[in-house]
Amino acid sequence: MNENHSNQLVRLTAAQLAAKLAAREVTAVEVVQAHLDRIAAVDGGDRGVHAFLHVNTEEALAVAAEVDAIRAAGGAAADELHELAGVPIAVKDLIVTVGQPTTAGSKILEGWYSPYDATVVEKLRAAKMPILGKTNLDEFAMGSSTEHSAFGPTRNPWDPDRIPGGSGGGSAAAVAAFEAPLALGTDTGGSIRQPGAVTGTVGVKPTYGGVSRYGAIAMASSLDQIGPVSRTVLDSALLHQVIGGHDPRDSTSLPDPLADLVAAARLGNVDGMKIGIIKELHGEGYQAGVEHRFNESLELLKQAGAEIVEVSCPNFKYALGAYYLIMPSEASSNLAKFDGVRYGLRVLPEEPPMTIERVMGATRAAGFGDEVKRRVILGTYALSAGYYDAYYGSAQKVRTLIQRDFDAAFAKADVLISPTAPTTAFKLGEKLDDPLAMYLNDVATIPANMAGVPGLSLPGGLADEDGLPVGIQLLAPAREDARLYRVGAVLESLLEEKWGGPLLDKAPELPAPELPAPSLAETVTSHGGSH
Amino acid sequence: MSDAILSFEEAMEKYDPVLGFEVHVELNTKTKMFSSAPNVFGDEPNTNVNEVDLGMPGVLPVLNKTAVESSIKIGLALNCKIAEYCRFARKNYFYPDTPKNFQTSQYDEPIAYDGYLDIELSDGTVFRVEIERAHMEEDAGKLTHLGGSAGRIQGADYSLVDYNRAGVPLVEIVTKPIQGAGSRAPELAKAYVAAVREIVKNLGVSDARMERGNVRCDANVSLRPHGRERFGIRSETKNVNSLRAVEHAVRYEIQRHAAVLDSGEPVVQETRHWHEDTRTTTSGRAKSDADDYRYFPEPDLVPVVASREWVEELRATLPEPPAERRKRLQADWGYSDLEFRDVVNAGVMDEIEETIAAGAAASVARKWWMGEIVGRAKNADVDPGQLGVEPATIVELSKLVEDGKINNKMATEVLDGVLAGEGTPAEIVEKRGLAVVSDDGPLLEAIDAALAAQPDVADKIRGGKVQAIGAIVGGVMKATRGQADAGRVRELILEKLGVNA
Repeated sequence: MNENHSNQLVRLTAAQLAAKLAAREVTAVEVVQAHLDRIAAVDGGDRGVHAFLHVNTEEALAVAAEVDAIRAAGGAAADELHELAGVPIAVKDLIVTVGQPTTAGSKILEGWYSPYDATVVEKLRAAKMPILGKTNLDEFAMGSSTEHSAFGPTRNPWDPDRIPGGSGGGSAAAVAAFEAPLALGTDTGGSIRQPGAVTGTVGVKPTYGGVSRYGAIAMASSLDQIGPVSRTVLDSALLHQVIGGHDPRDSTSLPDPLADLVAAARLGNVDGMKIGIIKELHGEGYQAGVEHRFNESLELLKQAGAEIVEVSCPNFKYALGAYYLIMPSEASSNLAKFDGVRYGLRVLPEEPPMTIERVMGATRAAGFGDEVKRRVILGTYALSAGYYDAYYGSAQKVRTLIQRDFDAAFAKADVLISPTAPTTAFKLGEKLDDPLAMYLNDVATIPANMAGVPGLSLPGGLADEDGLPVGIQLLAPAREDARLYRVGAVLESLLEEKWGGPLLDKAPELPAPELPAPSLAETVTSHGGSH
Repeated sequence: MSDAILSFEEAMEKYDPVLGFEVHVELNTKTKMFSSAPNVFGDEPNTNVNEVDLGMPGVLPVLNKTAVESSIKIGLALNCKIAEYCRFARKNYFYPDTPKNFQTSQYDEPIAYDGYLDIELSDGTVFRVEIERAHMEEDAGKLTHLGGSAGRIQGADYSLVDYNRAGVPLVEIVTKPIQGAGSRAPELAKAYVAAVREIVKNLGVSDARMERGNVRCDANVSLRPHGRERFGIRSETKNVNSLRAVEHAVRYEIQRHAAVLDSGEPVVQETRHWHEDTRTTTSGRAKSDADDYRYFPEPDLVPVVASREWVEELRATLPEPPAERRKRLQADWGYSDLEFRDVVNAGVMDEIEETIAAGAAASVARKWWMGEIVGRAKNADVDPGQLGVEPATIVELSKLVEDGKINNKMATEVLDGVLAGEGTPAEIVEKRGLAVVSDDGPLLEAIDAALAAQPDVADKIRGGKVQAIGAIVGGVMKATRGQADAGRVRELILEKLGVNA
């Protein structure tokens, strides 16, 4: 296989790859090898993307070879192959996998191998989708830039000096850099959608309970949701269809059968639909270029036959504050299990006595990064006797108010729309010392998590002032994920028409040229970026 | 250093005890509270565990429906209200027996609440213990501390942890403060725990074996001067795991509190450890109401919704309450209070019920179980029910005696044969040649010999002193090595002497 062919393969969407595999125009081994080659070419080095923490070469090729053998043999087994069989995928390193390490981006789990597969991973295996490896993330998914990974940051394929979003920067960057056609992410406050926005990719946070959380290392149980990352709306629908559905191992999993999301993405029709602009989620505080692209998307939808209405969600202004009480509260409890007793890192105190408390303390002090510690402390405080009602209790009330705002909004509109993030990708290091500024990145994505409703981010073009991708977010009522794909597919095709093709075609060539950037290079090296 | 104590009598003169109990009942469900791992006692350490029990990253709990049903049944048997909607909560604390470093429990939304249990005391009074709540939670793993310490984690060289017990379903039953028991407090304590144990065993929801920790009791004790409303400061004696120990621990704590109060010192609010060998308690960890477990609703579980229909379905499956059953059985069997209490204390009520059901008369069943089997069980150091005596065996033995085939003395010998595995009573009678001698020929010879040996006695009988006949009967029985039917021997003697009895 020549390099050119390989380069063409990695630029195909999952749906295109699936078609070529089914038609036996290409083998799964060729597809997987092309992506492994691409990873080798663009992921490593000082200015590499660094989307992957682990590359699963042997297993991915073995699964691909198995798919090829089944196809070659023909018959019932070949007919029964899933349509995505042989289409490779990257998995966020917060999701446990047998046979590959799972770190959650933390030193405390470095080198740990899960004895069991997450439900979504079982589903990928059942569909015979080769897993390319595990992608980088902010430690325990806590962050909006992937800079909080204990294993060094991921770079934005649009500009290696900029963040790829977070926490799922690795999954989004892998897909944007053509290292994988598909990836899994997790979204607690925007960790799928915001990276999608700043890397020009598609990311979906399904309805809470729509995809099993079994095997996703919990940050905030009532907010976390696994979802698809891809370059097209249809590809996300295809992946969502694989991973979605009821799981008896997740008590919060919805019992409903999964809707036909792929059909919704293929239907792509907004004629007569009401699309609501959320008054509180644009305008002031949003970058001009972001606002501009957002308004342009509204125009396109209107021309396609949608009715644009304005809705108000007055309680959304409390969402960020309430989120930063509920999320750390749950996280402080979810992360208590990382204590050095049963698995992962164990650090002994420098001085005796070697009591259990001191071993736990030394392990957690050495194993957790600053952002994790910050949130554990916040959460511990918020749940403490005497503060519970004022903090956790009030935050839960805000959550109810946000749900009511959504109910009212969805009474007026079929789908809601907003920019995904207030700005395009910021520079690496720019907000590391200002947690509050970092947290503000999620202002538009958090309400969906607080209410459990589904959200989709798709590329809405490039901002005029910096030429970086802008994300457009669509929100639908709980269990109505299909609407996101239906509207998303329309907007995507209108935007591609306007931009003359997929937005990622405009991204610079990779690997990024080596640049002397002393301060940054030092930062990356000191983080000890490893694969 | 041992604590000073006052005599129980003196303590009672000065103070009024207030009790409170937290009884943990391990449910005997097939699997654990939140995982599919087996709920089995006594297996190799860390074998009945899966990723959920070990608190591996990414795992989620799934509630055991049978455990909820068992909890509702316990709630109903304790006359509680059953919550229509309740949630689990996380109790956060770092300790290595809890793999997640939080225990999934219920906090302010117990599945059952506001109940009561009527306890019969030996003086014939009935004491009502009010139940505050019964809530569901998971058990912790079992720690064994080795080297350098007296079984505590502080100072141990190392500790071993067995997570087989981690996640075993528990129901914690909490009483309201129990006031007014006075000097009956120790007895009430024992009787209350015994009643709870009996109820969960009767419901079939727990193996209820205290020696295995299936039922564990934390006993709260405080004293106040007579006439004072406000409660004193309490101590909580943890893991008092036999009925006798519950009684002793409460008695000891009353005596200890009294001595502390007498000395003018305040009682320390703390947990106490019970020591069976010395029958004393020692100070555990200081416990205050401000212990902060940072409870919050468990976000990984959905609320438990107990529809009224479901609760009524479960109520319909409840067995007869033990206390009511006892009343019914005593009346049916016609036992005196003393006889019935002995039966209950000997632990053979169920066996007697089965024996009667198999066809024995109530008096006969009692005679066999209380007269023969209980003693043998004691010698063998097992429960009477575990000795291996089938109700049918008793029925067969009593039938053989009634039919005159064997006498009572032989019957006990046959019972020993049955216990030795020699076969059915009929087979043993046959094998051992134990049939009563009923051919009058050999008997008449023996009677003649006995009368000739004791002519003075024979004269007395002829003279109307029939009660003297025992000596002659005894001689005959001796001569026939006990194989004669004593009744028939008596008849023949009177006939021979021409006396009408």
